[in-house]
Amino acid sequence: MNKHTPFIRLAKREDIARHSVWMIRAASFVAAILLGCLIFLSVDANPLTAYKTIISGALGNKNGIRQVVKYAIPLLGTALALAPCFKMRYWNIGAEGQITMGALGASFFALNYAAAMPAPALLIVMCLASILGGMLWSVIPALFKARWGTNETLFTLMMNYIAIGIVGWLQGGPWEGKPGSQIIPLFDPKAVLPRLFGVHIGWIIVLLLTVVIYVYMNYTKQGYEIAVLGESENTAVYAGMNVAAVTVRTAALSGGLCGLVGFMLASGTNQTMYSDIAGGAGFTAITVCWLAQLNPFAMIGISLLLAVLCKGASTIQTALSIPASISDMLTGIILLCMLGCEFFINYKMIFRSHAEKEAE
Amino acid sequence: MENRSEKIHAVEFRGITKRFGSNIANDSIDLYLNKGVIMSLLGENGSGKTTLMNMLAGIYFPDEGEILIDGKPVSIASPKDAFDNGIGMIHQHFKLVDIFNATENIVLGLEDRFDLKEAEAKVREICDRYGFEIDLSKKIYEMSVSEKQTVEIVKVLYRGADILILDEPTAVLTPQEIEKLFFVLRAMRQDGKAIILITHKLGEVMAVSDVVAVLRKGRHIATVRTAETDEQKLTEMMVGRAVKLNIARTESVNITPRLTIKDLTCRDKEGFVKLDKASFVANGGEILGVAGIAGSGQKELLEAIAGLRRIDSGSILYTPEGKEPTELVGKTPMEIKEAGVALAFVPEDRLGMGLVGGMGMTGNMMLRSWNKGKGIFIDRKEPEKLAEKVYDFLEVVTPSIDYPVRKLSGGNVQKVLVGREIVSEPSVLMSAYAVRGLDINTSYVIYNLMAEQKSKGVAVIFVGEDLDVLIELCDRIMVLCGGRVSGIVDARKTCKEELGLLMTKAGGRGAAIK
Repeated sequence: MNKHTPFIRLAKREDIARHSVWMIRAASFVAAILLGCLIFLSVDANPLTAYKTIISGALGNKNGIRQVVKYAIPLLGTALALAPCFKMRYWNIGAEGQITMGALGASFFALNYAAAMPAPALLIVMCLASILGGMLWSVIPALFKARWGTNETLFTLMMNYIAIGIVGWLQGGPWEGKPGSQIIPLFDPKAVLPRLFGVHIGWIIVLLLTVVIYVYMNYTKQGYEIAVLGESENTAVYAGMNVAAVTVRTAALSGGLCGLVGFMLASGTNQTMYSDIAGGAGFTAITVCWLAQLNPFAMIGISLLLAVLCKGASTIQTALSIPASISDMLTGIILLCMLGCEFFINYKMIFRSHAEKEAE
Repeated sequence: MENRSEKIHAVEFRGITKRFGSNIANDSIDLYLNKGVIMSLLGENGSGKTTLMNMLAGIYFPDEGEILIDGKPVSIASPKDAFDNGIGMIHQHFKLVDIFNATENIVLGLEDRFDLKEAEAKVREICDRYGFEIDLSKKIYEMSVSEKQTVEIVKVLYRGADILILDEPTAVLTPQEIEKLFFVLRAMRQDGKAIILITHKLGEVMAVSDVVAVLRKGRHIATVRTAETDEQKLTEMMVGRAVKLNIARTESVNITPRLTIKDLTCRDKEGFVKLDKASFVANGGEILGVAGIAGSGQKELLEAIAGLRRIDSGSILYTPEGKEPTELVGKTPMEIKEAGVALAFVPEDRLGMGLVGGMGMTGNMMLRSWNKGKGIFIDRKEPEKLAEKVYDFLEVVTPSIDYPVRKLSGGNVQKVLVGREIVSEPSVLMSAYAVRGLDINTSYVIYNLMAEQKSKGVAVIFVGEDLDVLIELCDRIMVLCGGRVSGIVDARKTCKEELGLLMTKAGGRGAAIK
């Protein structure tokens, strides 16, 4: 009878104890670290030293910590922005472009109106302009989705390249600083976000935003609409919700917040504008969002972890002269293991011999 | 055990166990069936009937135990293995290619070379032998549900099945079509086939089967001869305790027109007419039953009244108690709901419309009230109270009112859905398939809830599948056929046959299909 039993069968787990979930997650993290060792060994580096360098480089001194926070701000901000969309099962992967358009909106005022108004007013105007810029970029695909049912995944993705293209053109044309430099000049100091504890105040903004998004998703009418629509469009219609309006509104919110992240990147981190200003944060934030399972508070931890890896990577590159691509591989492995372990949380594997034993 | 093994049975299950996670769907089941016998496999939803049969059909593989065919242990790891062992299953959802005709569908998927002419002759021979009436050159999309079912059965026979499993075959048929089905089943029994009928309708069990095997909570309770039992005994075996099977139908008092529907016409997205000039009155203090073959416009009718569907023409006049009539056409679903018109629609997957699976009872109660109150925050207090009320009132089995309803059993999911509409104290209560898949006890709880609403003066519109229940529960029964109202009869004076004729009234049928 058992000769036809497949060697491995997958069975969906009904319920799983909380501590075993964390055991699986911890195990997958250990597995990622061990796999990372192999990579370091392959370039003749001592894995122990490498890991030590990553930790000490990122968290061993004040400057390192500041860098980590600076990396984490756009990740956290963008993940928070994407959470409502993903909850609604609206796959906005256009955060990169929405960040860029936000930064563009802020830069427009920073470059042209710095002399015309005092610093606080300028920063507020830049902030609003960035929100509008991001919103514009996310509302276009949402309107198409709501009106004609177009696929938002492809649409938002393509919008990224248009945004980056626009900035590329400005950089070499109308906004170019020194002729031939292909660089937009640095912002006037009035257009730069103030610092607190050595990092621009974006970190306070994203922490506040974490609380706001948490409350928004869990305790407001709009958050409820998003949750219902994400589970079943039919039920949303049945409950009298305006599906098209909710879709566009949520996309606008998400894009607006992405735009705000763009403002922080331009005004706080870089103090200028360039085509790669989002630097992949729009995509990495998708991972942050999923790893945190849309929980805003978990996003803080995960974006910090990724930021540590990112900062550590640049440290080992300079300290141990290990190529940066090696640490990118390490980050990739850690993400893969952490996302992959969700599979083992949802399913269990039954091996043939084990099944026989069970039968006895 | 020794004695039983001596006789060779067509099918024998020995100690079959199947688990899904921590849930035991089948618990060491021993069961056998002989040739030339029709067996009813009776049990409530979730008792493990379909799981057991799916193991015979090669869809699931047992965790423990063995299956014997003609006395020999076999391993059925795929539907192909099942066919090789002469086992054929007719599922509830037909697996046919719409643009092929009957013969083409029957031979489809066979690996050997075949000649369509020869095949057709063989199919015709099978049809003649068992008395199937079917036009073999008719395309599937032109066929009625009953004809499609016939194709499925012939397909299985063509492949040489000696053991046939039919999963709830009568659910989609009219009384007349059910008689025809029973006729061919008897002819197949005569021919020595072993037939298993998965069902929960007692009337049919008594009418057609020779033996009845009863499952309860994954266990095989007993196998009895149909001639030596009766409906009451079977129910007790199925439920595990004595149940009263009657509905308290009170005389209607104070009947006032509540909904006056005139010439209501709706089309679906493809432009087909789904509801064709439907006109009727639903009265307060009365239960109006709606009967019809699946897809005759029941869903569209209720959705149109609830404002969930675009209406092409016609009017829906709503007269709340002691108020002036208002027109509902053109109002939003929210406005209609607020006016006191409640809809409890149980779709086939139970969760698709009206409930949010990932939320608890409280979250689902909010679907009615989420927009109420000022400000941006949602009120959780009222829905929580409502959830508690439904929880107590209908005895919903759940670990907590915040436990995701997706993880509840089907019966409890429906209690949440129907309960929510009832506690909102509507003045029109529409329910469709409210007892779909429910156990007997809960079904009767729901019937009596409907009757209670009626005595409170509510206009109840009850779309049902079981004609016996409609006749027992309702005051009047409206029959839909192809989107038209083919008749409205007095439930106290009608019979199943009359309803059956109205359900297939000539002229309406074509529209029901396309």
